[in-house]
Amino acid sequence: MCLAIPARVVTIEEGRMASVDIMGVTRKVSLDLTPEATEGDFVLVHAGFALQIVDEQYANETLEILRSIPDFAEDEGIALEGA
Amino acid sequence: MDLSGFRDPVIARGLIEAIDTTAAKLGRPVKIMEVCGTHTVAIAKNGLRAVMPENVTLLSGPGCPVCVTANEDIDIAIELARQPGVIVTSFGDMMKVPGSYSSLAKEKADGRDVRIVYSPLDALALAEREPDRQVVFVAVGFETTVPLIAAAILRAQAAGIENFSIFSAHKTVPKALAALADDPDVQIDAFILPGHVSTIIGSEPYRFLAEQFGTPGVITGFEPVDVLQGVYMLLKQLEEGRAEIEIGYHRGVMPEGNPTAKALVEQVFEPIDADWRGIGVIPGTGLGIRPEFDHYNAIKRIPVSPPPPKEIKGCQCGEVLRGITLPFQCKLFGKGCTPEHPIGPCMVSSEGSCAAYYRFTDYGRS
Repeated sequence: MCLAIPARVVTIEEGRMASVDIMGVTRKVSLDLTPEATEGDFVLVHAGFALQIVDEQYANETLEILRSIPDFAEDEGIALEGA
Repeated sequence: MDLSGFRDPVIARGLIEAIDTTAAKLGRPVKIMEVCGTHTVAIAKNGLRAVMPENVTLLSGPGCPVCVTANEDIDIAIELARQPGVIVTSFGDMMKVPGSYSSLAKEKADGRDVRIVYSPLDALALAEREPDRQVVFVAVGFETTVPLIAAAILRAQAAGIENFSIFSAHKTVPKALAALADDPDVQIDAFILPGHVSTIIGSEPYRFLAEQFGTPGVITGFEPVDVLQGVYMLLKQLEEGRAEIEIGYHRGVMPEGNPTAKALVEQVFEPIDADWRGIGVIPGTGLGIRPEFDHYNAIKRIPVSPPPPKEIKGCQCGEVLRGITLPFQCKLFGKGCTPEHPIGPCMVSSEGSCAAYYRFTDYGRS
């Protein structure tokens, strides 16, 4: 039930609403919880509301670290939490 | 946004290798519990239990909001649907959940006006279109969903929509985890913490798990690589003798959560005690509508008194939710109880542990 999917904000509309693109499908969502969202941002959409702006940079950094996992599994020192 | 990396088999294999190495170093049985229905499905669908080392068990906890809803609350929702002039709306998952005597789906078949909506805003729009009816939204869910309901109430107030109200059966997660961390019947070593609940509340509310109970937790996303990363981070903590709350799902969770959402919830709701199926009453884990919003509180506007609740005979949903009984160990699993003909809530909801085991594994098929 707590499923939320990433969507791109296409246009901000009146009444704190926005049109978002979810994998090619356009939907209207409320920006009540993310009033700072701007066009082009990725947001997590849950039941018609944008819950949070998604940090794409974090996503890429996490993947970069995870890609090197087999090598650094041996290496005790690296923490994943920074990702 | 390209998230395909979080499904990349090469990265997944690397993580599985790292999990194997760390689990071998630990050398003792480890029970890891997830407490989010979306994780339940992600683990079952991607077959992640099958790639765990022998000494690592992944358990599903009380993470499906529909499943943990007490029969008494379902009975109230049903009673609301029976009142003249009322339209009951809810998320689809709620429809087939059996209460003590009926379900919303059965009530609908009997001619009551019960409708599935995708968003509480759809229920609000319905109230606007049907000014002569009372539109009740039956609100079940965790912290992820609560801010939406708060926002819908504030929108109704701002727009002067008078015929819209909420039956709040919400629950909050962190204190329920204390009940599990303390449970001698299960003995959980670590928690995979819910991603989108944490999007709203952040990591701080779980800190006591690490500090008071010495139980590590990692906030984890929902792709296969996310879950494997979470398991690896937990094993690493156990191996190093640490107990901390870490965030693995940084693309969706900030340590402080979403302050705007938290403020909306605080404005509209106040903590109350809540009855969890299988666990019982946990103080302060429910959310009631504050008295200043009584006008939007369905049970204040339409007082109902359903007959005393009763439990479903033979259903072990309560034990399944605590990780004591695995779904296929219930004698109804796959026999009387299947997703097509569910007997208990853990088989009804698509996120229920029983439904996830039934759909994605061979257990219960003879």
